[in-house]
Amino acid sequence: MSLDKNTLVRLKDAGIKQDEKWLVQGVSLEVNRGKIITLIGPNGSGKSTTAKIALGIYKNYEGTVEKFTNKIGYVPQKISIDWTLPLRVADFMVLTENLSADEIEEALSLTGVNHLVNKNLGNLSGGEFQRVLLARAISKKPDLLVLDEPVQGVDFTGEIALYELIKKISEKLNCGILLISHDLHMVMSATDHVVCLNGHVCCSGSPIDVAKDKEYKALFGDQASQTLSIYEHKHDHEHTDDGKIKQKN
Amino acid sequence: MFDDFFIRALVAGIGVAFITGPLGCFVVWRRLSYFGDTLAHSALLGVTIALSLEFNIALSVFITASVIALFLIQLQKKTNLPGDALLGLLAHSSLGIGLVAIGFLSFIRFDVMGLLFGDILAVTTNDLLIIWIGGVLILLTLRFIWKPLFASTVNYELAEAEGLKPDIAKAIFTLLMAAVIALSIKMIGLLLITGMLIIPAAFARNLSDTPKKMVIFSIIGGLLSVFLGLFSSLKFNTPSGPSIITAALILFVISLFKIKQTIKLKN
Repeated sequence: MSLDKNTLVRLKDAGIKQDEKWLVQGVSLEVNRGKIITLIGPNGSGKSTTAKIALGIYKNYEGTVEKFTNKIGYVPQKISIDWTLPLRVADFMVLTENLSADEIEEALSLTGVNHLVNKNLGNLSGGEFQRVLLARAISKKPDLLVLDEPVQGVDFTGEIALYELIKKISEKLNCGILLISHDLHMVMSATDHVVCLNGHVCCSGSPIDVAKDKEYKALFGDQASQTLSIYEHKHDHEHTDDGKIKQKN
Repeated sequence: MFDDFFIRALVAGIGVAFITGPLGCFVVWRRLSYFGDTLAHSALLGVTIALSLEFNIALSVFITASVIALFLIQLQKKTNLPGDALLGLLAHSSLGIGLVAIGFLSFIRFDVMGLLFGDILAVTTNDLLIIWIGGVLILLTLRFIWKPLFASTVNYELAEAEGLKPDIAKAIFTLLMAAVIALSIKMIGLLLITGMLIIPAAFARNLSDTPKKMVIFSIIGGLLSVFLGLFSSLKFNTPSGPSIITAALILFVISLFKIKQTIKLKN
């Protein structure tokens, strides 16, 4: 066990190489109990890859990954389910954990889809399915929640409600959450720690610090940081086109 | 009323239906029908080895099929050939080697047709014991790995991320496939055993909206096929394996009407 009992998963200088090319490298982060840590970054910056390294889905990683819990709930970004399987929402809810009917009902109610419990999974809309995915992940009362774009396809009002729910869950279950999100407002309002990725860790810290970071602005544009005060610090490296750090001559 | 051999065939068939029902569902869900075929084809080689070494046939078939499965996994890692080409390569080469080897064993009188298509008359009391004891073991093991196996069938990454160890479940399932082929080869024959795995499961899919229901209907479909097949085999003097598979197909066709009805209801 870790000295610090609150740590659920810790990545140290972790990365993964595919065909001699780094998908992501040098990522160090820690998910702690009761905290929400968010990964942000442009497409292809290695957010989902980092999450999968932390979860142990990718095994040929470099660096060290330490996991201190096995009670994990995961909402993947992309999920390909073979719809030829006869699978109702109720069957999907007990996929990795045995739950009572009441527990299933409770979790589905939290995300507002308890009326779908007997529906075939293949007949759900994108937003409904996303709510079921989230309900399934929280229903097992995990220590660690890994949410990869958990509200994609959910309507605007639903999105806000679900983000509030995620925040509430982290307090209620005292679990750690590793969140990947494009919604910067959400990131700024509910997150404890932000890691900005672009093939490597560009910057990290509290949301306010990150928003002030010049790299963050370079990645997301001025618009994104306008909501927060502008603070400049010295940018100590430059990027090549694929997001790697440009070597100084 | 019935001869002993027929009662034995019936008891053996019931045992086979109970095993192929649940396993067949996974074969359909995981798209493993050609994989099943390949393992079944390798059974001939297993039988030849057993005969020449005077070794237990079922055990020899099980070991041969397991080795072929391992070999397939290695080939998949080392070549760029698509999976179906590798499966075909292994299936037909093991069938070929098996037949060649039988040619060399000219001192043994051996019913190749019975092996290919199944033979009621060949089922002995000893076979019954093997089918039923082996069957119970297979079903207990499947029960044990059900959760990780089913979860990874739905989505591998979810199962892996949430700590269910799907790779171990998959390896065990492969051994179960080899075992079910070893147990049922005498009844159904190696060319038709995959049909016994797939057709009752396909019949069940048409009638089910949950995975558990599909497993139950798949067993029922298998049992009905065995009864219908064996009785007509007795009446019309047809080979047992093909008769059982034909019966299964008839059930499947009937189940299609049920689907049409549900689709109509939905619209």
